[in-house]
Amino acid sequence: MACLLETPIRMSVLSEVTASSRHYVDRLFDPDPQKVLQGVIDMKNAVIGNNKQKANLIVLGAVPRLLYLLQQETSSTELKTECAVVLGSLAMGTENNVKSLLDCHIIPALLQGLLSPDLKFIEACLRCLRTIFTSPVTPEELLYTDATVIPHLMALLSRSRYTQEYICQIFSHCCKGPDHQTILFNHGAVQNIAHLLTSLSYKVRMQALKCFSVLAFENPQVSMTLVNVLVDGELLPQIFVKMLQRDKPIEMQLTSAKCLTYMCRAGAIRTDDNCIVLKTLPCLVRMCSKERLLEERVEGAETLAYLIEPDVELQRIASITDHLIAMLADYFKYPSSVSAITDIKRLDHDLKHAHELRQAAFKLYASLGANDEDIRKKIIETENMMDRIVTGLSESSVKVRLAAVRCLHSLSRSVQQLRTSFQDHAVWKPLMKPILESGAVELLCGLTQSENPALRVNGIWALMNMAFQAEQKIKADILRSLSTEQLFRLLSDSDLNVLMKTLGLLRNLLSTRPHIDKIMSTHGKQIMQAVTLILEGEHNIEVKEQTLCILANIADGTTAKELIMTNDDILQKIKYYMGHSHVKLQLAAMFCISNLIWNEEEGSQERQDKLRDMGIVDILHKLSQSPDTNLCDKAKTALQQYLA
Amino acid sequence: MGIGLSAQGVNMNRLPGWDKHSYGYHGDDGHSFCSSGTGQPYGPTFTTGDVIGCCVNLINNTCFYTKNGHSLGIAFTDLPPNLYPTVGLQTPGEVVDANFGQHPFVFDIEDYMREWRTKIQAQIDRFPIGDREGEWQTMIQKMVSSYLVHHGYCATAEAFARSTDQTVLEELASIKNRQRIQKLVLAGRMGEAIETTQQLYPSLLERNPNLLFTLKVRQFIEMVNGTDSEVRCLGGRSPKSQDSYPVSPRPFSSPSMSPSHGLNIHNLASGKGSTAHFSGFESCSNGIISNKAHQSYCHSKHQSSNLNVPELNSINMSRSQQVNNFTSNDVDMETDHYSNGVGETSSNGFLNGSSKHDHEMEDCDTEMEVDSSQLRRQLCGGSQAAIERMIHFGRELQAMSEQLRRECGKNTANKKMLKDAFSLLAYSDPWNSPVGNQLDPIQREPVCSALNSAILVSRSQRKAAIVNLSLLGPRNPQSAKATSSCPSNGTGHTMSRTDGSIWNWILCIRHSGRLPTLAMHFKSSHYIVAFSQHGSRPALQI
Repeated sequence: MACLLETPIRMSVLSEVTASSRHYVDRLFDPDPQKVLQGVIDMKNAVIGNNKQKANLIVLGAVPRLLYLLQQETSSTELKTECAVVLGSLAMGTENNVKSLLDCHIIPALLQGLLSPDLKFIEACLRCLRTIFTSPVTPEELLYTDATVIPHLMALLSRSRYTQEYICQIFSHCCKGPDHQTILFNHGAVQNIAHLLTSLSYKVRMQALKCFSVLAFENPQVSMTLVNVLVDGELLPQIFVKMLQRDKPIEMQLTSAKCLTYMCRAGAIRTDDNCIVLKTLPCLVRMCSKERLLEERVEGAETLAYLIEPDVELQRIASITDHLIAMLADYFKYPSSVSAITDIKRLDHDLKHAHELRQAAFKLYASLGANDEDIRKKIIETENMMDRIVTGLSESSVKVRLAAVRCLHSLSRSVQQLRTSFQDHAVWKPLMKPILESGAVELLCGLTQSENPALRVNGIWALMNMAFQAEQKIKADILRSLSTEQLFRLLSDSDLNVLMKTLGLLRNLLSTRPHIDKIMSTHGKQIMQAVTLILEGEHNIEVKEQTLCILANIADGTTAKELIMTNDDILQKIKYYMGHSHVKLQLAAMFCISNLIWNEEEGSQERQDKLRDMGIVDILHKLSQSPDTNLCDKAKTALQQYLA
Repeated sequence: MGIGLSAQGVNMNRLPGWDKHSYGYHGDDGHSFCSSGTGQPYGPTFTTGDVIGCCVNLINNTCFYTKNGHSLGIAFTDLPPNLYPTVGLQTPGEVVDANFGQHPFVFDIEDYMREWRTKIQAQIDRFPIGDREGEWQTMIQKMVSSYLVHHGYCATAEAFARSTDQTVLEELASIKNRQRIQKLVLAGRMGEAIETTQQLYPSLLERNPNLLFTLKVRQFIEMVNGTDSEVRCLGGRSPKSQDSYPVSPRPFSSPSMSPSHGLNIHNLASGKGSTAHFSGFESCSNGIISNKAHQSYCHSKHQSSNLNVPELNSINMSRSQQVNNFTSNDVDMETDHYSNGVGETSSNGFLNGSSKHDHEMEDCDTEMEVDSSQLRRQLCGGSQAAIERMIHFGRELQAMSEQLRRECGKNTANKKMLKDAFSLLAYSDPWNSPVGNQLDPIQREPVCSALNSAILVSRSQRKAAIVNLSLLGPRNPQSAKATSSCPSNGTGHTMSRTDGSIWNWILCIRHSGRLPTLAMHFKSSHYIVAFSQHGSRPALQI
């Protein structure tokens, strides 16, 4: 019975709501302008904080009418202003609302409104534009389609604290990439916004600061200008330093640290400048602390990673500051087991940020360990570090995977370190051995098949590093997991970096005699094919050099030598490169020859004879006269092998 | 080389951190040592040319180090108070330059302090307030009033209640009773204190045999001291000499409650600079010491009889005029708080409403100081009869202890208390003996406070919310939690459990008030070490 009754009641409530919404819309069409104004005001009061009502009004077609009233010359300024306010309120709702507004071409209408002499109306239009442009569904290009808009907005910056706040907010959201930066810069954004940093209004200061952070990002031109801008007798970097004082709001500290970071990375501030070393860096480390919000910790870690990436001294300082390495380990503890049980809201929040936190931590670890062996050691010794990386490599989020492989790549530069650590793990936890060793290898091999070139490069790079001076078993694992098919695919990869690192991997796999013979005995045919292919292909000097080095390694094997000696095609190619115009390639080819004719080894006599028959000795004589001392020495040493 | 902190008395021949109450960061391995020979990995190593900073945060009792201006993170937590900067050198030729703030620090300590100032300010601003507690003025007045009532400053409480339109929820007579008892305890007149308690709160001590025992042991000590009324009546000496106290070495001179009382009240009641108050406090309490001799004597023995000592006149006069000039003297009122904090017998007399002139007090002050400094103390005031009475009382006490053990089982605290008290007799000069600190009037405070609390508890049990602190009680868990973090040393914190949030509040206020002190401490404990190699010097500690 209750069920039967309930449905009609709910429906009637719904229709009542729609009816009242319709009433609001109907009033916009009243012939009496005064009644229309009152209708708009009533509508304004009805929609505030009521998403349902907003959706209803949009469905009922309020937007085109409001836009009409807003643009109509006969409308009073008051009516126009109220219309802009209602539209702004509608934009505050869901993303769908914003889409509907965009579909009605609200942006040109509002931009047109900015030409009005009335400040209140301008402010209402700007507020609405701000709301629309800060929505993720709005294409920022819409701000730049009309070339007169930006200069007009610059001019409006002087009108009031509200125009300042809204315009800066629009700029900071719509400035994506160097093209936008250049447009804003050329229209005097730096000069127009700089003095807003000393505004009495916190909101204005904050939005101005955000503008500078997006303007300076990866932009040397803007950054170089910023260092010399004076505001109230103070240089801009000094003002930024003041804004990252520890008693300032966190948002302000973080944003000014970003500005200084970007200016530093763009080359406008030296990395050993006190404002970086003693101010920006410590501030960013503080942003990573547990006291900060999860969002702030993500931004802090990412910005810090970016700041210290190219500079080993900054990496060293960061690594000792406030136990940063241990602090980052905490980034992996979300969602915590406690939050799952006690607080659903918290769990939701944690889950949302968990991926972001992890990738930020991986990025920062990668930057920290980029150059210094001691720092890498500290990172690798962090509790569960290797497990975390292995887990990170197989996460669903591409962002996390990329960051994890970057981290592994950075740490694997210290090859000795990594393998010791892997082995340690295996010693401690014998059960973990297969997961850790082959697990990591398989994951990296998997990454080399990724669509994303960055993932492919980092994956193969990490494999290359792992193969360096590795034991036979790891090399065999890598080769097995990767498969020769994939290896060949990588050798024909469109990305030059991928090709180079794959050759590097091959070279590392083919080192020390027993390993060379072992691998060549099983994969010799394919590898020789691949080498031939590359030497015949259109490749740059570095690629060819790396390939010749692989050949030289093969020539160092005992049984593997025969694969070269029996391959006349390859021998001809070596001969060709000995006479190449590029010294690097001549040297690499020389290495091959030296290895083949080395006296003390079995069958050296036959090889020497065969090569002499090919005319190699003549070339060696020629090379021994070479002006390049290195090449000349090598050639002489080789000739001695014949004399002995 | 080790850089760190040590308490007084730590072995100076060892690196800081290795011994108890000592903390250090060592340059050779970068480890931190927290009162232990085994270090924990902490920071980088340091060597010639490095600048190492050490910062003690007196708000949360932590310590961090800096190397060349970079914070290395927290090294120690839960540090005890009163630590001294320490540098330990082990290698011959090591040289250290110390900077206690005479030169700018490499690390931006000002910025660090700014952050903490903001943090504390925000903590105060965000402190949760319940619905009924929203009226700040009323709440602060209630806090002050309940404090005054608790400690029995009835005249002040009454005046305060009158001027703020509040009702004092404990009847004045009851406050006065408690005050009377407290005065007796703090004057060392334990016999009378016990008697009065038994009269006014008949079953209280019966129900608290351990408290009674504590009081009796104190009475025994006061007999040795010559201050308890039972031995005093047997002594044949002038009232002047009878009551002179040894001058306590503590800066807040002797018969005082914990100095934190004064501080708290100061922060609540006035925002003036502390130095001014301290000096006022000291001179005032000096006056009290000397003054008390007369008053307590005349009170107990010669109440209305021959007043042959000239100073006594003036004091008696002051007593007779008591309440009259109370409100007229604002400035005195401030000093009064201190003296109230002192909780001294006679001081309460005149502080809570004395019209006594300053110069009179000073007169008697100087005179008495000369007197007391020349005095040599004697057991039980020097009278043979008194000594016999004391011995007899000691036997009774022993018997009581045995009885107590039979009835309530072993009590190590009681046993130790009695043993310590009896130990006084083993020395020819008990005051200068290893157990002599028991005779220090400051030891009366815990006894006094325990008795006061017992009375308050018994009353609130009988009559619910007699001390209406429930308004300020730990209603929300947060304030209850904060209460537990308030320092528990000193008698100031032995208030009954219901008034936790008062301390909570005072804690907050003190914190904000303490920041300048913090700055001072930073200056003195944040120091910088630079090394250079010239000449060979023996290992030394600064």
